[in-house]
Amino acid sequence: MAKKKTIKGGDNWDYSPSLESTSHITILPKYELFINNEWVKPSSKKYFKTTNPSNEEVLSEIAWANDYDVDLAVKAARNAYNDVWSKTSPKERSKYIYRIARLMQEQARELSVIETLDAGKPIRESRDIDVPLACNHFFYYAGWADKLEFAFPNQPMEALGVAGQIIPWNFPLLMAAWKIAPALAAGNCVVLKPAETTSLTALKLAEIIKESGLPPGVVNIVTGHGDTGAAIVNHPDINKIAFTGSTNVGKIIQRAIAGTGKKATLELGGKSANIIFDDAPIDQAVEGIVNGIFFNQGHVCCAGSRLFVQENIAELVIRKLKHRMDSLYLGNPLDKNTDIGAINSKEQLETIEKYIKIGISEGAEMYQSTCELPGKGYFCRPTIFTNVAQSSRISQEEIFGPVLSIQTFRTVDEVIQKANNSPYGLAAGVWTDKGSRIFNLTSKLRAGVIWANTYNKFDPTSPFGGYKESGFGREGGLHGLGAYLKMKL
Amino acid sequence: MKVPISFNKLPNSPSIDKVGVEERVARFQTRSIKNESKRQGLDLVLSMIDLTTLEGKDTPGKVKQMCYKAHHLHDAYEGVPNVAAVCVYPSMVRSAKTALIGTDVKVASVSTAFPSGQSTREIKITDTKFAVDEGADEIDMVISRGKFLEGEYNFVFDEIASIKEACGKARLKVILETGELCTLDNVRKASDIAIYAGADFIKTSTGKIQPAATMQVTYTMLMAIKDYYDATGIMIGMKPAGGISTSKLALHNLVMVKEVLGNNWLNNEWFRFGASSLANDVLMQIMKLETGVYQSSDYFSID
Repeated sequence: MAKKKTIKGGDNWDYSPSLESTSHITILPKYELFINNEWVKPSSKKYFKTTNPSNEEVLSEIAWANDYDVDLAVKAARNAYNDVWSKTSPKERSKYIYRIARLMQEQARELSVIETLDAGKPIRESRDIDVPLACNHFFYYAGWADKLEFAFPNQPMEALGVAGQIIPWNFPLLMAAWKIAPALAAGNCVVLKPAETTSLTALKLAEIIKESGLPPGVVNIVTGHGDTGAAIVNHPDINKIAFTGSTNVGKIIQRAIAGTGKKATLELGGKSANIIFDDAPIDQAVEGIVNGIFFNQGHVCCAGSRLFVQENIAELVIRKLKHRMDSLYLGNPLDKNTDIGAINSKEQLETIEKYIKIGISEGAEMYQSTCELPGKGYFCRPTIFTNVAQSSRISQEEIFGPVLSIQTFRTVDEVIQKANNSPYGLAAGVWTDKGSRIFNLTSKLRAGVIWANTYNKFDPTSPFGGYKESGFGREGGLHGLGAYLKMKL
Repeated sequence: MKVPISFNKLPNSPSIDKVGVEERVARFQTRSIKNESKRQGLDLVLSMIDLTTLEGKDTPGKVKQMCYKAHHLHDAYEGVPNVAAVCVYPSMVRSAKTALIGTDVKVASVSTAFPSGQSTREIKITDTKFAVDEGADEIDMVISRGKFLEGEYNFVFDEIASIKEACGKARLKVILETGELCTLDNVRKASDIAIYAGADFIKTSTGKIQPAATMQVTYTMLMAIKDYYDATGIMIGMKPAGGISTSKLALHNLVMVKEVLGNNWLNNEWFRFGASSLANDVLMQIMKLETGVYQSSDYFSID
C-alpha cells in the first residue's frame, strides 16, 4: 500500500521567489543623446551613471547634455517643425502616434522590466499599470490628431511649435507618454528631458520612435541633470514648457519664463486628503488607503498622504490598516509578488527618513509594517503616523514616500476645511455610501482630481492637474490636448 | 465551545463595495505561486477537499467507491495526502462511515432539506439528528434563503441556532447559497447571522445554483470571519463549494485565506474546498511537477 503523506497544515506556507526574467532585455553600457533620430555624443563629453535602486548596481552610463547639446536638440525640433511636421497632414500624424503605441505594446515586457530595474517599482505595477497606461495615452491621442476641429468646434486651432518637456522619476515612461503623445497629436515637436535617475525607458522609447519612422527631429530626448533642464527652460526658441516635478522647481521655472511669452503647464507636488466617513465600505476603504499611499512606494504626486478618518471609526480603520500593512510584501521589485519595491534613490530615502524622524519628534505615534528589509538597496517600510495634528509638519509637507499621516475628524464641515487647509490641491479621495455626500464634497474640495470610493485611478481620457501650489494646466483628455494648441488668429 | 448570542446583539454588517472587492480579488489572482510553494500548496489543497456526491441517483455502492478514493487518491504515486472528508446525503452517512473506518477522513452530511431548505423546522431538526445518529462528523445545513430575502433575519438566525443545538458534537457548516442572495451586502449579512447564531464553518453554496464559490463571495465571507475573530478571538472555518475545479483557482483561494486570515486558517480544520472534480486536476498538477510532463486524464481515477 502506498505511503500516506500527513499534512500538518500551511503554517509556514509562503510564496517562493518568482522573479521576472531579464534575459529578453537589452540595456546598452552607454547611452548618447537622441537628436534628429540619431544617437549623438554629448559635447560636454560627460556621462553619469544610472543605478538599480534595489541593489545599487550600475545599469548604464547616460550622456549629460549641456547648453550646446540642448541648443542642438531645439534646433532639430524647430527645423523638423518648420520643414516637415507642420506640413504633415493630421491623418499622417495620427498614424505615427498609433504606430508608436503599437510598438510600445509589442515591447511591453521589455519596457516594464527596464522600468522596474531603473526605478525600483514593483514589476506588478510597471507591467499592469505604468506600461499599459503609457500605451493607452498614445492610442488615445492618436485618435484626436486628425479630429482637432471636432475637439474644439468653431475654434480653429494650431500647434504651438516646439515644446520643452521635463519629467520626473516616479513614473518615467508614463510621464514621457503623457507629455509626448498630446504634443505630437496637436502638431508640435518635442525636446524631452527624463529625470537623471530614470532615463532608461525614455531612451527605449527613443529607439521605438526611431523604429516607427517618425521624421527626424520631431522628438528629441536629451538626458542630464538639473542644468540640462534649466537649459531647456531658458532656451529662447521654445514655445512651451511642460514640467512635472517638485513645487520648488516649478516656481523657479515660472520665474525663469516670466515675460518670455512661453506657455507653461506645471504639475507639481501634493499632500492629498483621503477622507473616510463612518458609512463607508470599511474594508474597501482600507484597501483604498493602502493603494493611495503605498502605491509606487508613495512616490506619487497625488498620493493620499493625509488620511482623515471619522472619529467614531478611527480605531477600527487603523487596526484594519495595520493588519493589511503586515500582509504587504516588500523586496526585490522584479519579484512578481512584491507589493512594495525600492525607494528611487538614496537622496529620496534620506528625505523620507528625515520626515519619519520629524514625525517621531512631533510626538506622533508611528507604526511600520513588520516586513524585513533586504540587506542592500534603498528600502523603506510602509509607515503610518497617528495622533497627528493639522499643524504637524508631516501633515503639511510633501514627503513623497510610503508615509501616511492620520488625523480624525468629527463633522463634514470640519473635514472640508481641514482638507482644503493646505498649500497644495492636487487630488482627494472620499469614501462614503451616500451619493449626495460625495457630490457635496467634490464641489467643495479644492483639488484637481477627486476620487469617490476609489483612489489612484488614471485614464487617458480624464484630465489631471492641480489647484494652488500643485500647479496649473491639465494633462490627459481634451484639456491635455488643448494645452498644446493655440487659437489661430 | 461556541455559544450562540441572541439576535438583538448581532452587530450591524458593514456595507460592501463590489468594485473594491473585485479589485482586491484581482490582486490575489496576480500572486505568482511557483516551485516549492506550488508543490506545498497543492498538497494542502488535496488535504482540504470535501469529496462530494450529492445526487438523487447516489447509492451505497457509489458512496463506497468514492470513500475508497478519499484515502487512495492516487496510489501510483507515494506521498499524496488524504482528502479531509466526504460529503453525502444523510441516507448515505452510514455507508460512508463504514467505508472509512480506520481512516482520518471525516464524514460530512448535508441536511435541513438540502438543497432548497424549503421545509419545516421540525423536519430540518429531525433530518439533522438522523445524520448525526448515523455517524456524521459534520453537518452542512442550508439557510432559508426565502426568509432571508423577506427580511426575516430573526427567523434565519433562530433556525441556525436550533440546528446547531441538534448537531451535538458534530461541527456545523452553514451554507448561505450565495448565488441566490445575489448581492455582496446580502452575503455579508448572512455570514454575520450564521456566525453569530453558532456556525462553526460558513460555506458558500450547495453546488446546485450558479454562480457558486466566486472569489468575490469567498473574500466577503472571509472578511466576516476576520471581523468576528477580531471581536471575539474565536476562529470560524470557511468552505467555498461549487465552481472550484482547477488547481490555479484553488491556489488563489489559499492566497486569499493567507492574506486575509493568516496561516492559522491554512489547514483542513479551518478551510475546506467542496468539490468533486478538483482533486484530479490537483493530482495532475502534482504529477506534472514530479515528472515534468502532463499525464493523460485517464491515469487519474474518476470516482
